[in-house]
Amino acid sequence: MSAASPSLRLFLRSTGAVFLKDLRSELRTRYAVSALIMFVVTTISIILFSLGSEGASTDALSGMLWVVVFFAAMSGLSRTFVMEEERGTTLTLQLLAPPGAVFFGKLLFNFVLVTGVNAVTVVLYAAFINGFVIRTMSIFVVTVGLGSIGFAAAATVIAAIIARANTRGTLYPVLSFPIILPLLLSVIDATRMASEGAFFGEAAGEFQLLISYIVVVIVSSAMLFEYIWKD
Amino acid sequence: MVLKILLGVLLTAVIVSGLGLPMSPHPQAWYQLPVIPGLEEKARIIFFHVPTAWLSVVAFLTSMVYAIQYLRKRDLAYDIRSSAAAGLGFMFCILATITGAVWAKFNWGSYWNWDPRETSIFVLLLIYGAYFSLRSAVETEEKRATLSSAYSIIAAVTVPFFIFIMPRIMTGLHPGAKGDPEGAGPVVEFKMAPNMRVIFFTSLFAFTLLFYWMFRLRVRTAEVETHNQLRG
Repeated sequence: MSAASPSLRLFLRSTGAVFLKDLRSELRTRYAVSALIMFVVTTISIILFSLGSEGASTDALSGMLWVVVFFAAMSGLSRTFVMEEERGTTLTLQLLAPPGAVFFGKLLFNFVLVTGVNAVTVVLYAAFINGFVIRTMSIFVVTVGLGSIGFAAAATVIAAIIARANTRGTLYPVLSFPIILPLLLSVIDATRMASEGAFFGEAAGEFQLLISYIVVVIVSSAMLFEYIWKD
Repeated sequence: MVLKILLGVLLTAVIVSGLGLPMSPHPQAWYQLPVIPGLEEKARIIFFHVPTAWLSVVAFLTSMVYAIQYLRKRDLAYDIRSSAAAGLGFMFCILATITGAVWAKFNWGSYWNWDPRETSIFVLLLIYGAYFSLRSAVETEEKRATLSSAYSIIAAVTVPFFIFIMPRIMTGLHPGAKGDPEGAGPVVEFKMAPNMRVIFFTSLFAFTLLFYWMFRLRVRTAEVETHNQLRG
């Protein structure tokens, strides 16, 4: 055991506590989950209605999957921070937990939320949209996994910013879109490869981009979070 | 004063020589610009379009540097500089987009082709737009400064992907893209006649001076405004 371990253990414990607090309050109300799932169902049915009996190209369908994911994320991921502001619990949390623990706890919560919702989205999308077939499952699974981490990372820090601003709802997608765009372009490309049946190695470039994006966003937001969070 | 005169002389020289010098298929004299097949007179855009695009990135980085300074020192003077640079960057970004789009209509056939570099300038426009909508949504000065600084730093770490990496690794219409016979690389490496190169770099320098001059003006105006507000 090194000398830093007690403080590290304390940090991990507060992170876990913040995560569990958010998870419990979510399980009690199920506000974010139900909103997100209903959003996904609504969007997929709109796509179904607009497509009618006509099929769309693989390119368009793999892009549209991420349109659903993006707007679903935008409708629910700001909840963790906006909720604290609305209930007036921000100050308490500022006193009780170090900023880093708050950030990583919320990031973890958003990641769990996004992964769960994405899993539902993918299943519904594959079940209802004709012509959307995945030929290389390995690429697709890695893409959705990395995409979920990236979405959670970018969405968490933007949520922290807009929770402190006055107009919360409308600003969230506006601020998030340019930041998430590199991620979106990569995952759309990788999804297209997966549905065209490319080999796993061919998508390696996209995965490298995704991983570096995730690292860059998480590191910079962890450094900036203290300034955003504390008044 | 010296700056203003220098700026006037340089920009006049760039505009006159960039638009006025004759083009000839076999340049003999120093003042004759070469004709580039497929571009002809349209090649002159490089003296004006590239500097505006360059400034929109320079302004963005300037804004980010002052944002970092603000977060370290918590002095609103840095926030004034950060937002002044962003405002100018937004203007140059719009100019680069419009000049590029009009030129693309005549040379590539349509106003917008989603070439990688067009995508990156579009993202830059979106970021500037988001930055200013965030600023207008926060009323407290300190809070606005902190939040917009944080946002501009986060944007600055994700944007290089668009501006520096993507246009080079993807095939596109702009020079320097992957598959360009002149080789992928920084823009100015492709073949440019020496006299064009002189005009081009003078223009780049003059536009950067212009940015510096406008930036100082904006900062001074903003400082006078806050000073007046404090005095009531």
